Amino acid sequence: MARAVTPRRKLINTGFAWTIGLLIFFPILWTILTSFKSEAQAIASPPIFLNFDWTLENYGVVMERSNYARFLWNSIIIAGGSTILGLIIAVPAAWSMAFVPSRRTKDILLWMLSTKMLPAVGVLYPIYLLFIKMGLLDSRAGLVIVMMLINLPIIIWMLYTYFREIPGEILEAARMDGATLKEEVLYILTPMAIPGIASTMLLNFILAWNEAFWTLNLTAVDAAPLTAFIASYSSPEGLFFAKLSAASTMAIAPILILGWFSQKQLVRGLTFGAVK
Amino acid sequence: MGQIQLKQVTKSFGDVQVIPPLDLTIEDGEFTVFVGPSGCGKSTLLRLIAGLEDITTGHIDIDGQDATDVVPAKRGLAMVFQSYALYPHMTVRKNIAFPLRMAKMDQPEINKRVENAASVLNLTDYLDRRPGQLSGGQRQRVAIGRAIVREPAAFLFDEPLSNLDAALRVGMRMEISELHKKLDTTMIYVTHDQVEAMTMADKIVVLQAGVIEQVGSPLELYRSPRNTFVAGFIGSPKMNLITGQEAAKHDATTIGIRPEHIDVVQSDGTWQGTVGVAEHLGSDTFFHIHNTGLADTLTVRAIGDVSLRHGDTIHLNPRMDELHRFDAQGLRIG
Repeated sequence: MARAVTPRRKLINTGFAWTIGLLIFFPILWTILTSFKSEAQAIASPPIFLNFDWTLENYGVVMERSNYARFLWNSIIIAGGSTILGLIIAVPAAWSMAFVPSRRTKDILLWMLSTKMLPAVGVLYPIYLLFIKMGLLDSRAGLVIVMMLINLPIIIWMLYTYFREIPGEILEAARMDGATLKEEVLYILTPMAIPGIASTMLLNFILAWNEAFWTLNLTAVDAAPLTAFIASYSSPEGLFFAKLSAASTMAIAPILILGWFSQKQLVRGLTFGAVK
Repeated sequence: MGQIQLKQVTKSFGDVQVIPPLDLTIEDGEFTVFVGPSGCGKSTLLRLIAGLEDITTGHIDIDGQDATDVVPAKRGLAMVFQSYALYPHMTVRKNIAFPLRMAKMDQPEINKRVENAASVLNLTDYLDRRPGQLSGGQRQRVAIGRAIVREPAAFLFDEPLSNLDAALRVGMRMEISELHKKLDTTMIYVTHDQVEAMTMADKIVVLQAGVIEQVGSPLELYRSPRNTFVAGFIGSPKMNLITGQEAAKHDATTIGIRPEHIDVVQSDGTWQGTVGVAEHLGSDTFFHIHNTGLADTLTVRAIGDVSLRHGDTIHLNPRMDELHRFDAQGLRIG
């Protein structure tokens, strides 16, 4: 029997959910609001919520002072490049773990995940030295590789989970139909796993986009992405809050828009009706 | 061509041997059915022939060529799976064309063959639909279409009808039999349903625990089962197996008599008992008889609608010339 929900209960639940949602969203909302204030209003005490003189001045100054397009382009290259490279490595890896598992597959998966438990700063020194030696410091290629390596365990784990949902008989059918391993992965597995691959891609893109520790430490000018763009507006004295907020808003806007539009794509199931 | 030969084939999963050494020849153009209870190794055997599982020892020859180490794609066999295993993201047309695309065939030739298969299987109107928009029977036909376009050396069917409802199953059974007559290609069909085996096969292979119990035509198996297992497995309802004194009278440990070989008489039957459950099928009536002193239950077929009620005494005359005799090992005598 379905659980009965009284209208009163429903109202309370909805109110509660909205409160939690707004609490989580509040810092982003505050940043966006602040970006439209003057510097004085931004640090006014008590804080002004909506009743201020809306201005686009901060955006103008930020655009004038920094080359936003270059930071944006670097972010796209680093997040996009590391995602694509990660998928190229993770799809075959997840395939083998999901469809031809060995006795140690579970251990390997756990071991890969355990690397995420290490604080990043623990390996900063060796990686920094490697970057100097290999001439990768402040290069987009270097950042693509590091971002890919950092997120690879998550990509493999996610794909592994999605692939496990695909009936093995369909892949066997492809094998009987004359598909080589490459064709099996390319024509059958990948298209069937598209919703899973898409959500993995999106998540990884967001993670790489927002990553600040490595991007701030390994870049200076040429390869600096939007995280560095934001950082360049923070000052130890806490001045220029409005400009910092404008820069932050500009940095998160592309990823917010991308996430909003790909929502539908992510939940669409393609595998329905394959068996039975 | 499509002769398949298994020579001393074994299969083990870890330490467990599921197929002990096994020899079997399937002749070109033959409709062979592997039948046996669940877990008897029949599907495993089919997968070994397909190449989806590696054999542990032994050899598989296809058309005289050693195919033991040949990948599934290169064996020239087509398989129809129990779950249909259609590609859900492709239309029916693309599903059927897939093996041809993999064989790098020209597009006009692909189109011709797909249209051809679709018309044979009554799928022409559904070519642009996806598997999710089809009924169970239609999906099964698409799976068969995907198999026939390749013109394989042999077809492998792994319990293809077990997901269909009873009425559709009978229809598809006929369609597959007709397809075999039309194509004249080797077919190997796995089922646990002995009715399917009896109605479709040229040759039945009865398996139990990975061991071939008997190979023969449906009527050979019906008329002279090699042992008590085959005797009990082939035929519906099952053969009555009787042990003890009654068997000893016939110089056997076990005697078997099929329900259709016992006549119901008014009085003075060789055997008698009380009527338990009666199954009225219209054309026949099956009585389950108790208290015969022979076995727990004896099944008897009476032609037409015989009106005997629960608890009535029934007189029975077995036809002695239809009696099967088995020794202490369960093997046929004579």
